[in-house]
Amino acid sequence: MEALVATNISKHYTQHTALRNINFSIPDKSIVGLLGPNGAGKTTLIRIINQIITPDTGHISLYGEDLAPRHISMIGYLPEERGLYKKMRVGDQLTYIARLRGMSKKDAIEKSKAWVKKFEIAEWWNKKVEDLSKGMAQKIQFISTVMHSPRLIILDEPFSGFDPINARLITEEILSLRDQGSTIVFSTHRMETVEALCDHVLLINNAEIILEGAKNRIRSQFRSDTYEVRHVGPFDTTGTPYTLISSKPAEDQLYHSMLKSPRDENPNKILQFLIGVTEVHSFVEKLPTMSDIFISLVKGGDRE
Amino acid sequence: MIVNKIILVAHQEFRNRVHKRSFLIATILIPLIFPAIFGIMIYTAIQVEKSPTQKVVHVVDESGLFELNSEQFDFRRFNGPLEDAKRALAHDDSFGLLYIPKLDLYRPQGIILYSTVNPGMADISALNRLIADGIRETKMRELNLDQNVLDRLSTHVNVLSVKIGESGQEQSTNSMVMSGVGMLFGLLMYLFIFIYGAQIMQGIIEEKTNKVVEVIISAIRPFQLMMGKILGLVSVGLLQFLIWIVLISVLSSSLFFFFGIEMPQEQVAGQLQAANPTHEGIDQLLKVWDQIPVTFLLLTFIFYFLGGYLIYGALFAAVGSAVDVPSEAQQFMFPITIPMLISYLALFWFIPQDPHGQVSFWLSVIPFTSPIAMMGRVAYGVPAWQLALSMVLLVGGFVFTTWVAARIYRVGILMHGSKVNYRVLARWFMMRN
Repeated sequence: MEALVATNISKHYTQHTALRNINFSIPDKSIVGLLGPNGAGKTTLIRIINQIITPDTGHISLYGEDLAPRHISMIGYLPEERGLYKKMRVGDQLTYIARLRGMSKKDAIEKSKAWVKKFEIAEWWNKKVEDLSKGMAQKIQFISTVMHSPRLIILDEPFSGFDPINARLITEEILSLRDQGSTIVFSTHRMETVEALCDHVLLINNAEIILEGAKNRIRSQFRSDTYEVRHVGPFDTTGTPYTLISSKPAEDQLYHSMLKSPRDENPNKILQFLIGVTEVHSFVEKLPTMSDIFISLVKGGDRE
Repeated sequence: MIVNKIILVAHQEFRNRVHKRSFLIATILIPLIFPAIFGIMIYTAIQVEKSPTQKVVHVVDESGLFELNSEQFDFRRFNGPLEDAKRALAHDDSFGLLYIPKLDLYRPQGIILYSTVNPGMADISALNRLIADGIRETKMRELNLDQNVLDRLSTHVNVLSVKIGESGQEQSTNSMVMSGVGMLFGLLMYLFIFIYGAQIMQGIIEEKTNKVVEVIISAIRPFQLMMGKILGLVSVGLLQFLIWIVLISVLSSSLFFFFGIEMPQEQVAGQLQAANPTHEGIDQLLKVWDQIPVTFLLLTFIFYFLGGYLIYGALFAAVGSAVDVPSEAQQFMFPITIPMLISYLALFWFIPQDPHGQVSFWLSVIPFTSPIAMMGRVAYGVPAWQLALSMVLLVGGFVFTTWVAARIYRVGILMHGSKVNYRVLARWFMMRN
């Protein structure tokens, strides 16, 4: 089943259009990267899913049901602009937010105590938030997003402002939450995170979705039929269907070359050719990074 | 569900406020501060009365008519021309120099008080009175009038006002006491609305700058958050008010007990009797005192406090949501303050003058002014239909302002760093969700 299906979502403001006729679906138990340049409409989309604002047209279904206020307890949301009540105690704050999300008082206290223990900040339970370090406050924010065990977790720029230790902690938690059955959608500018974490990608530019799908499928869709070869000594491609894009000796006494083949050439055939002309140490298809795809699509879109 | 979450927010807001040290201090100190201030004022007034220091006034009297005498002033006749007296004034620390030229008794002109500092109103009017009395005595001698005759001409009249109720029962009233009670309650209302309104605005600005608000409104509707905060604070206000009533009653009765006075009213009566020898006046005052419907006034106060606070609380909330820092809020405070100021003026001007007139009626019925204006009027006895109309309109006004405020609030809390003016507010108001 799809975790979330958006159909024909549009949102216009007086000055500009934030989303234009957007359609996409998010598979269950996946980690989805929501990408796009600043002002593309990511935050508007996230706010619509969180029912903070309503779209002008279109509708969203969550696990097969029309999105409604009762789904609030199924969603966990960490906004980009995130904060805490400074004067409130950590424990009060966590239980308060959990109860707003529909948990009972008893469950809220139990769950939040378990989480602070897990994140090793249990001794701060009775401290005021203003006494916390930034890293600890970030942990509290993350806990308040996930402690009601939401099936859909939406994180807007979760890694911005996180120190490396917390970023790793959050990454591990995201993976384990996915393994426990949650679906995670997060927006980010960090392409290496997308590369490492995401199963699925949504790319928004100028209020429209310009790319959507499983990460591996997208990468192969954008394959450029380029192969990276490490070999001994130079070779020549004249008279073959292959083009040598670059070739230079590296410090390991081997040559590093980039070879372009015709579309859909069988890699075995390429390898056979290579074995005939040089001693091959490694042969690997060079797939584009998400960053390459992102930049080429967004720049291409801007030129239109 | 919707109501549950409002209650949850209200409860949290209530807890946050009540647990603050400032709440405890304000709740305990304020009932002590007011009596203390009054006590100090009365004490100093008595001390001043006991040992008056006479102000030295030199007199150059060219008319030769006056023999001035007063407890307030020490008049010293200066023998010599005015110019010498003026020069002398510059070198001593006397209060002033009173110059009286030759006078036409029926059109006295040219009387001057020279002094090195600007004299107060009280001193000038005391001198006016002394000189007028002097002229009067001279005239009486000229006209061959006797003080006895004059005394017999003047009569002291005290109109006793009696209000006939609908069932024909008679109640004596006293306008002075009624207006005092009305002013006190109206003033309290004004302070309460302003203090608690400002608190809600500050709380919302804090939530916005803390950036905690987006997390909250992803869990509940902005309207629920706004109402929760308003209701939370209103319950803090009510609690505070109730504590004050209890504290003041306990304090005053224990004070009376401490001084061994069982019947405070007898004491009051005794003091009044000393000041005013006519029995009738005191009896009447005590009657009126007994007839102030304390419970009714308190209940009305609580109703109008709730209504007024909810109306203004919603407006303050809308303003708070629109701005990023309190200083930006100033521009929007003005239109909110205007009806408050008008009703405040009415409290001390229109209503005491004519509690049942057109102006008083309308101000006590229009929702934005009624909480304060009606408190000023209600002690005089307001017809039931007017009270009912005012209350219904107040509830309607609260629903309306809350609706307007919520539409601005839901957009405003998510806006950061935008320059806000009235046109922007109007656009937010019109914006679809």
